[in-house]
Amino acid sequence: MGQLPLFPEQASTIAPDVDHLLYFLLAVAVFFTVGIFGAIFYFAVRYRRRSEQELPNPVHGGLTLEILWSVIPFGLTMVMFTWGASIYFTEARPPSDALSLYVVGKQWMWKLEHMEGQREINELHVPLGRAVKLTMTSEDVIHSFFIPAFRMKQDVLPGKYSTLWFKPTKAGKYHLFCAEYCGARHSGMIGWIHVMEPQEYQNWLTGGAAEGSLASAGEKLFEGLACNNCHHPDGSGRCPTLVGLFGKTVQLAGGGMVKADEAYIRESILRPQAKVVAGYQPIMPTFQGLVTEEDVLRLVEYIKSLGTKPEGSATPSGVPVSQGNPAPKGTATKGVPAPKR
Amino acid sequence: MITAALQEREHYLNASYGIKSWLLTKDHKRIGLLYLATITLFFFLGGAFATLIRIELLTPQGDLVSSETYNKLFTMHGVAMVFFFLIPAIPATLGNFFLPLMIGARDLAFPRINLLSWYLLVIGGLLSLYAMLAGGVDTGWTFYTPYSTSYSNTWVIATALGIFVAGFSSILTGLNFIVTVHRMRAPGMTWFRLPLFVWSTYATSVIQVLGTPVLAVTIILLFCERVFHLGIFDPTRGGDPVLFQHLFWFYSHPAVYIMVLPAMGVISELVSVYSRKPVFGYHFVAFASVAIAVLGFLVWGHHLFVSTQSLYAGLVFSFLSYFVAIPSAIKVFNWTATLYKGSISYDTPMLYAFGFIGLFTIGGLTGLFVAALGFDVHVTDTYFVVAHFHYIMVGGTIMAYLGGLHYWWPKMTGRMYPEGWAKLSALVIFLGFNLTFFPQFVLGYLGMPRRYHVYPPEFQVLHVLSTAGASVLAVGYVIPMIYFIWSLRYGKVAGANPWGATGLEWKTASPPPAHNFDETPIVTHEAYDYRAVMGEVEVG
Repeated sequence: MGQLPLFPEQASTIAPDVDHLLYFLLAVAVFFTVGIFGAIFYFAVRYRRRSEQELPNPVHGGLTLEILWSVIPFGLTMVMFTWGASIYFTEARPPSDALSLYVVGKQWMWKLEHMEGQREINELHVPLGRAVKLTMTSEDVIHSFFIPAFRMKQDVLPGKYSTLWFKPTKAGKYHLFCAEYCGARHSGMIGWIHVMEPQEYQNWLTGGAAEGSLASAGEKLFEGLACNNCHHPDGSGRCPTLVGLFGKTVQLAGGGMVKADEAYIRESILRPQAKVVAGYQPIMPTFQGLVTEEDVLRLVEYIKSLGTKPEGSATPSGVPVSQGNPAPKGTATKGVPAPKR
Repeated sequence: MITAALQEREHYLNASYGIKSWLLTKDHKRIGLLYLATITLFFFLGGAFATLIRIELLTPQGDLVSSETYNKLFTMHGVAMVFFFLIPAIPATLGNFFLPLMIGARDLAFPRINLLSWYLLVIGGLLSLYAMLAGGVDTGWTFYTPYSTSYSNTWVIATALGIFVAGFSSILTGLNFIVTVHRMRAPGMTWFRLPLFVWSTYATSVIQVLGTPVLAVTIILLFCERVFHLGIFDPTRGGDPVLFQHLFWFYSHPAVYIMVLPAMGVISELVSVYSRKPVFGYHFVAFASVAIAVLGFLVWGHHLFVSTQSLYAGLVFSFLSYFVAIPSAIKVFNWTATLYKGSISYDTPMLYAFGFIGLFTIGGLTGLFVAALGFDVHVTDTYFVVAHFHYIMVGGTIMAYLGGLHYWWPKMTGRMYPEGWAKLSALVIFLGFNLTFFPQFVLGYLGMPRRYHVYPPEFQVLHVLSTAGASVLAVGYVIPMIYFIWSLRYGKVAGANPWGATGLEWKTASPPPAHNFDETPIVTHEAYDYRAVMGEVEVG
C-alpha cells in the first residue's frame, strides 16, 4: 500500500502511439462530459419549476440541431476509427528483421524459447532497441499474452499460432500478465519481461546453459522420431522433401494450394491427412500425443533451417539458411540428415 | 376520506386473494409484480457475490477466499446480474406492467404466454441457483471454450441450461410485446403517438426475438461438446474455440441493448414529465431506438480484436461500432435539449434521470475508446472494460430502472414513497457508483487484468477506493428496498396522476382496476401534450 500509480510505464515504440490516441479520446470525452453535465446543471437550475401551474411552451425539435449533433460526433468518431486502425495495423505487422521467439502457454505458466536454445519460464529476456516477434500457442485453453508497459496484448490459442511483436525502448523489468481467464490460477499466470542493454543481453545469451539451438534440438527429434526414414532431403523418399519447403506454396492432392508456414507444418505433423501434398500417398501417421507443442516448435524451426531452396535441386550441403527468412541468425545448423545411414 | 375510498374501490391487488390467485394470474400487472420479486432476489444475490469480490480485492493477496471460489464468485455475479436481473429488469417488470396501460389495452396479447414466461424465468433461475448451491461454476459468465467444454470441473451444464430456459422467457416476452403493440393500441393511438418507452421496448423485443435463439443454439453446441464430446470448439477434437466467441457475442452484444434500450425509454418518460415538455426530437429519439436495435447486430466482432480474428474483420467491426454511437448520442442530446426552457422539478425519478444521462454519457464515450482498434488491444480484458460496461449496465440500466420504479410506484401500489429518503438514496447511489467504478478506468489503463484473484501490490490503493465505493453503493441499494416496503402500508396515498403526466397509465386509478380502464380510452393527442393534462392535475 502507499503507491498510487496513475499512468503505466511507456517502454515500447507502440506505447507512445497508444497514449497519444488516449489523450485525443480523453479530450473528446472530457469536452462532451463537461458539456452535457454543464448543460444539465445549468438548465436544471435556470428552469427549475417555480410554480405548480407552470406550463412551458412545447418545443418539438429542430432539424438543424439534429443534423449538427449527428454529423459532428460522427466526424470525430471517424478520426478515432482511422487513428485506432492505423495503430492496429502497425501492431499486426512485425518488421522483417525482428528477433524471433516462441511462446507456449499452459495452465498456469508461460514457457519461452529462444532460437539459441535458452528456455525460460515466466521470464523473458530481450534486448533493448530490437524488434522482437513472438510466435505463440497454447497447450490447453485460451490465454492472452499481455505486457501493459508495451501496450501489447494477443490471445494465445490452442491449435493455432498467433503472433505479437514489440520493440522495447527502455531497459527495465515489466509485468507480463495472462489476460484471458484460463482457470483456477489465472491470476498466477504472470511473469516479467526483462529488457536488457544489447551487450548485457549477449552476455546473458551466451552465459546460459543452453543445449544447442532450437533447430538442432529439432534435428535430433527429426531423427529420433524417424521422420528421415521417409522425408529424404533429395525427394527420393516416400514423402516429399522438406528442404526448401518453408515459405513455399505447396500443391495439394485433390487441388488447392497452401503456403508452407508454421501453421501448415504444425498441422501436417499433428493431422497429416488434412493437407496431403500432390503426388504423394496419405501414409504419414499422426504425431498427436507423441510430441508436445514445444517439440512441434523445434521441428518447425528445424524445417525452417533447411532453407527455402527450390525443390528438386541437388542434395543440399552446408547451411541453407535462406534470404528473407527471419529465423535463426547465428543458428548452428548442421545441414540436413543424410538419407539413410 | 380518500383512504377510505381506496380501500373500498376494487383494483388489481384486491380483486382476488390467495397464493393461487397470484401463481395462476393472467393479469399483466400481477405478473409484473411477480417478476419484480424474482429479479429483486437475483439482484441482491448478485450483489452479495459482488460484495465478496470487492472485500477479497481489498488486499493484493488472496486471503478471504481461494482462487477457485473467487472465480466462481465473479462468474455467478455475472450470471445472476446479466441473465436473471438486467435482461428481464425493465422489460419484464415495468414493461409488463405498463406497456398495455400506456397503449390503452386491457392486457398483453397473450396473457397465458406471459405467465409462462415468468415460470420459465423461475425454472431457469432455479436451475442456475441449484448449480450455484451444488458447487458453483467458474467459467466466467462468457463461458469461453475450450475451458468451459473440456477443462472446467464445475457445474457448467446446469448453469447453461438455466440460461437456456430463461432465454425462452425472454423470447416469449418479446413476442408478446411485439404483437401487443401491433394489435392492441387504443383507438387513436397511432405509432407516432406512442410514448417513447413503448418505442424502445418494442425495439428491445425485436432483439429478444431475433437474438436469443442464437444464444440457445450456442448453449446446445456447448452442451454437445461437453457431454457428448463432439468436436465443435475444442481444437484437440477438431473444433475452433474462436467460433464460440463469435456465436456468443452475436447474442451477447445485442443483449447489451436489451439491457439499455428500455432504460433509455424510461429516461425519455422521466425527462419529459419532470420538465413538463414533450421530448425534443420525438421522431429522432424513436428511430434511434430502432437504429440501435438493428446496428447492435452488426458489431459483435469488436469483442474479438485480439482473438486472432482477421485484421480486416477487425477493421469492419470497429467501423460499424462507431455507427451505434450516433443514435446513442442523438438520444443524450435530445434529452438535454428537452430541459431547455422547461419547468424542471427535482423529484426523485428526475434525479435518477440526471444520474443516468451523466453516467451513460461516460459509459458511452468510453465505448468510443474501446471501439478504437489499437487502443482496445491494450485495454481489452482489463478493468477498463469492466468499468466501461458497469457505467452502462449499473450507471445506465440500474439508474433508469430505479428511476422508473420510483416514477411508477404510486401507480403500481397506490402509495407514495418517502421523498426525502428517496432523494438521499439516489445521491448515495450516484456517489457510491462513481467511487466504485471510476478508479477501475485508471486500474485498467495501468494494465490490471480482469478476473484476477491476486494482483500486484501497486494496484492496491485504487482497489481499496473501489471497495469503499462499493460499500457506499450497497447502502444506497438497501435504503429503497426498505422504504418501498414501508410505503406499502404507511406511504401517502397517491392520486391517479401525482406527477401531472400525460400517459394513458395516469388516466386510470392508482392502483389500476384489474381490467385497466373502466372504458376504452380514445387518444386524440400526441404523446407528452401537457396542455391537455394541466387542467386535471391533482396537485400535492
